[in-house]
Amino acid sequence: MRNKAALAILAVTIAATAQTPPAAAGRGVGRAQAQPARPSAFPDHPPGDPASIERGRAIWGVNCNFCHGSDARGGEGGPNLLRSELVLNDQKGELIAPVVQNGKGEMPPIKLTRDQITDVAAYVHSFHVGGYDISRMKPPSILVGDAKAGEAYFNATCTPCHSITGDLKGIGAKFTDPKQLQNGFLMPGGGRGGNGGSRGPFHVPPTTVTVTLASGKKVEGTLGRIDDFIVTLTEPDGAQRTFRRDGNTPKVEVHDPMEAHKKLLTKYTDQDIHNLTSYLVTVK
Amino acid sequence: MKYLGVLLIASALLQGQALDPALLNKPLGESWPTYSGDYSGKRYSALTQINQLNVRNLTLAWVSRVTAGPGNAGGRGGGAPTIVGGEGTAGDTGGFGGTPNIRASILEVNGILYLSSPDNAWAVDARDGHEYWHYFWKTRGGTHIGNRGLGMWGNWLYMETPDDYLICLDATTGKERWHKEIANFNQQYFSTMSPVVIGNHVLIGTGNDLDEPGYVQSRDPETGEIQWTFHTVPMAKGDLGLDTWGSLDGARHGAGNVWIPGVYDPETHLYIVGTGNPSPAYTNPPSRAGDNLYTCSIVGINVDTGKMAWYYQFSPHETHDWDSTETPILVDGLFKGKPRKMVLHADRSGYFYVLDRLTGEHLLTSKFSDGANWAKGINEKGQPIRDVEKDSTVPGSLVSPNNGGATNWPPPAYSPDTGLMYVPTNDAFAMYYLTETDPRGAMGLGGKEEDGLGSLGSYLTAIDYKTGKVAWRHRYPGTGGNIGNGMLTTAGKLLFAGDAGGNLVAYNPLNGTILWHTHLGQISNAPETYMLDGHQQILVAAGDTLYAFTLY
Repeated sequence: MRNKAALAILAVTIAATAQTPPAAAGRGVGRAQAQPARPSAFPDHPPGDPASIERGRAIWGVNCNFCHGSDARGGEGGPNLLRSELVLNDQKGELIAPVVQNGKGEMPPIKLTRDQITDVAAYVHSFHVGGYDISRMKPPSILVGDAKAGEAYFNATCTPCHSITGDLKGIGAKFTDPKQLQNGFLMPGGGRGGNGGSRGPFHVPPTTVTVTLASGKKVEGTLGRIDDFIVTLTEPDGAQRTFRRDGNTPKVEVHDPMEAHKKLLTKYTDQDIHNLTSYLVTVK
Repeated sequence: MKYLGVLLIASALLQGQALDPALLNKPLGESWPTYSGDYSGKRYSALTQINQLNVRNLTLAWVSRVTAGPGNAGGRGGGAPTIVGGEGTAGDTGGFGGTPNIRASILEVNGILYLSSPDNAWAVDARDGHEYWHYFWKTRGGTHIGNRGLGMWGNWLYMETPDDYLICLDATTGKERWHKEIANFNQQYFSTMSPVVIGNHVLIGTGNDLDEPGYVQSRDPETGEIQWTFHTVPMAKGDLGLDTWGSLDGARHGAGNVWIPGVYDPETHLYIVGTGNPSPAYTNPPSRAGDNLYTCSIVGINVDTGKMAWYYQFSPHETHDWDSTETPILVDGLFKGKPRKMVLHADRSGYFYVLDRLTGEHLLTSKFSDGANWAKGINEKGQPIRDVEKDSTVPGSLVSPNNGGATNWPPPAYSPDTGLMYVPTNDAFAMYYLTETDPRGAMGLGGKEEDGLGSLGSYLTAIDYKTGKVAWRHRYPGTGGNIGNGMLTTAGKLLFAGDAGGNLVAYNPLNGTILWHTHLGQISNAPETYMLDGHQQILVAAGDTLYAFTLY
């Protein structure tokens, strides 16, 4: 496939159709991702006094930790407090205090002074709370596959176009993150949203198009825009040409270099993918 | 004082423009008085002046651009006064401003268009696009993802804001009558939905990405006071559906937010609406064990009482943020040879459903997306059986659809002439990685990483409700993969839609043959139609610009 004309993927920006787009779409959600040009959609609590937060952490560890977890996300019996309406409404402990001092439901009263509760509140409010919750765990390796099975799959499926002594020579050494390697071999021309751009060390030839005019003359080039009414290409000398389309006239053939990769998307099992990744990381 | 003078003139111009409530119960034709044009969700207009024979002569009537924000700059429509309201300060700096992208349904009532984008509402002359007034709301914040449109009752307009207010405006002047808080901003709700007016009920819903519970609420159109609230998840011990959650706290933080308007059956008084996905969206803490009612469902709610008459859950324990809020469509017709009153729904997950809308009885499930690979089959209730191995996993799961879905909020349509439902669809794949391995899960949409792998194709898809099969589909050329825009069908035997390439296209609804098109750039809402001075109009928005077409 490496020798075939290949074209990449129309550089169309993905329409943000979902109510819940990725954070990268510019939704300010918190300190880590906030963009200076745009205020955060849901501001965090103003930063608390560090000394108060530290005192609160110590009080929390003794009195609250067991039920609500060290991170206030819930523990043995106690709910996640970060998403609790009462805690979200609280500013400086004024709503939390009655619950702590009087108990609530299964929670017994806890003997803390109002000042101590202010510190506890400062501690709880020091956590960022957002819908695009930042993962705090470092997941174990994604390398769970069987490298030998991956090698067999590679030899059966990928070798018509690819070779570990040719275009993929040393591919495993070119990635520090196996996840990037995995995403990369699945769709080398993919990327976030699945449109446009090569991924790292993978070479992706452009999408090309052949337009056969009524005269029989063929015009070839790199695909620009295409819809039901026009097709735009860039000829080897850099000239852009646009042709009107009227049904099947002129004849338009798009050569998508990712075609074979796209067909595989409906055939792979996850096990195949994981095996391939575990194999390709060893190709150094 | 100049400002007041302009207002008075505008006021004089606009006398007697109130919406006649009888219009809302009529089939769609002369005007466009509510989100889907009428209550059925069909987006099928009875108008025939523009039809298959003459659509090739359709021509531009006018273009008008609107400008958001606090200034009086105006667009090409012409600098109408801006009325400023709001509880926040962000508008002073233009923090959430920028070029509006009109994704909303636009109301057309008595020759005036009422449109919106987050924090902004406009009244525009339907005859030339000239702006009558512009209302700007200074926001506290909130997710500014879109605004789905305005509701109207008599001479009052209703708009939701990203910082969770329902605003009532005087349609004549654009002046604010009142605003009411409809959700708790501290809980990170954001409100985008188009209010829908049914009788003396203003029906609203909100969005949330932080596990907070979803609801449909009815408000008094005169005062804005709450009439009833229907939570889509159990909120107290003893509530129905609590046994489908791991704990009460899990249910109360189970989301199911309602952010696209439902449809209304005047015969049964049921407001029929799709609910959002359960939360946390991608992780499975014990508190969310179970089917998670009534998320990813359609519910029939009595509009007078707020009580649920029936429900049907499409995706028990959904795990990919594929909500079921896409607009349902009410259809009366034959099913297996028997007359039925039905509701059709094409789900973000790639499946199509037919239900009996009197009872909620399941009639049909089919798969309209070639890609969808997350289910192992269909169970006896007609629900796809979730393949847990296609949840987000540490080494990665190859899943279709991607998060954007096989379809999404852009409105579908239905034509009784063809018996087909028209849906913009996409067969995209993504790798879903679990990044949060804490057994308590993440909050909201956290805990996973998604890497897009591209699309096998995006389509205008026509589905035959009697069989559930795809009758035809038109593949948008190219190698990209964007969901197209919303749909409009007419008795002129036309299907209008914005394609993935920025064209407004008229198709033959029977077979998808292209009859007319014009290139406008990125079309951003569903086309609409209405009559004006004896001439049928076609209206569509592309970003900040309105385009009206007609025959002369």
